[in-house]
Amino acid sequence: MQPSNAEDPDRARRFRELALPYLDDVYTLARYLLRDASDAEDAVQECYLRALKHFDGYRGPAMKPWLFAILRNVCHAEYARRASAAAPSLDDLPEPAQQAPLWREEQQTPEAEILRERDAVTVRRLVEALAEPFKETFVLREINNLSYREIADAVGAPVGTVMSRLARARAMLRSAWMAEQEPSK
Amino acid sequence: MTCDEAEILLHALIDGELDAGHAREVEAHIAGCAACAAQLAAYRQMSQEIAKADLRYAAPPALRRRIEASLPKSLLPKSLAPAPSRRNVLRGFALGSAVSALAATGLVAIVLRADDEQRIMSEVVSAHLRSLQAGHLTDVISTDQHTVKPWFNGRLDVSPPVIDLTSKGFTLVGGRLDYIDARAIGAVVYRRRQHVINLFVAQTANTERRAAKIETIQGFNIRRWSDRGLNYWAISDIGADELSEFGEKFEAAVQTNSEG
Repeated sequence: MQPSNAEDPDRARRFRELALPYLDDVYTLARYLLRDASDAEDAVQECYLRALKHFDGYRGPAMKPWLFAILRNVCHAEYARRASAAAPSLDDLPEPAQQAPLWREEQQTPEAEILRERDAVTVRRLVEALAEPFKETFVLREINNLSYREIADAVGAPVGTVMSRLARARAMLRSAWMAEQEPSK
Repeated sequence: MTCDEAEILLHALIDGELDAGHAREVEAHIAGCAACAAQLAAYRQMSQEIAKADLRYAAPPALRRRIEASLPKSLLPKSLAPAPSRRNVLRGFALGSAVSALAATGLVAIVLRADDEQRIMSEVVSAHLRSLQAGHLTDVISTDQHTVKPWFNGRLDVSPPVIDLTSKGFTLVGGRLDYIDARAIGAVVYRRRQHVINLFVAQTANTERRAAKIETIQGFNIRRWSDRGLNYWAISDIGADELSEFGEKFEAAVQTNSEG
């Protein structure tokens, strides 16, 4: 064991208290951005490693947008890796909707719950199919609950851009949603 | 206001991002424009559907353990820690994409409300924690809504709805004055079995209804919504599904009261 910096235990504790409560949020964004459960896990782990490394440069107040900003960086590297590996395009990835939902442990499922889960699966699929950068703006707002300014911080774009992307994202989702509800032929 | 402007700003209205003056301007345009009104209604409905569907993922426990395990070991001595500051981190991956036409119109400057939702959320958590310590859960102890509600009069500039949900499984235990965002705020206290639910109620200039969202902060579930000029935060350590049930029953009762 190498002698560690005297501040380290304190630093680790602060990091744990500030950053770990957002693990589900960060993982959720990663799932939507990467559309793959195990890639998302890797990205989240890398995100927390980087966050810890850069923690000394972190000056609050909003931890969540900061973590999201780091995660985006990680995800963009992953996009680049996929592209250069001539990996199948995003559209060819296994349909995430087919995977077991992770959001709740199943016990007994009343009918309303089944309906709700089916809705959630459909909506997730439609959201995942949105093009970037509209998808991330939408997920940050609707699912991760960030304010416009926090989204602007996280994605490094002006608030006006965030607003127009969000309007576009919702318009695209709405038409996809309506198409979904039409009887398929 | 033109329809083009309203088309963007109605989203900010739905999201509660407009200050009161501009919210009124958008509402005025919408009152006189059937097309924009239809858009607003459709998007609002979509937002509510999305809020209802649980679209979040939970991080797998194994991932959580891996990250926790990596914490103490990966603490590098400071000299080895790489240099990039937060600023660089944020700048590093700006997409370099087009600044939208909207940004150029200057609409942006008028939009943002002053509060910082996240900061207030963490104050809600602190207030909840404070209420659980030191025997200061309630200033007025009563299971009677007709005792608790008048108690707030004169103590706050707003009278929070106090609704007895005992028959629905949530026992009213009293009320309390608390402070959030440097303002006095009403807290209505309920119990579910042994668990405390604090319902914080504050006035807002924005009369727009905002559908409920559930967030988890420091292990507490918080359900946040807005209705009729009031912001609500219900916080507890009960599960998200039970807290949703609480919020839905509360909202339904408010609805019934205002109709009846």
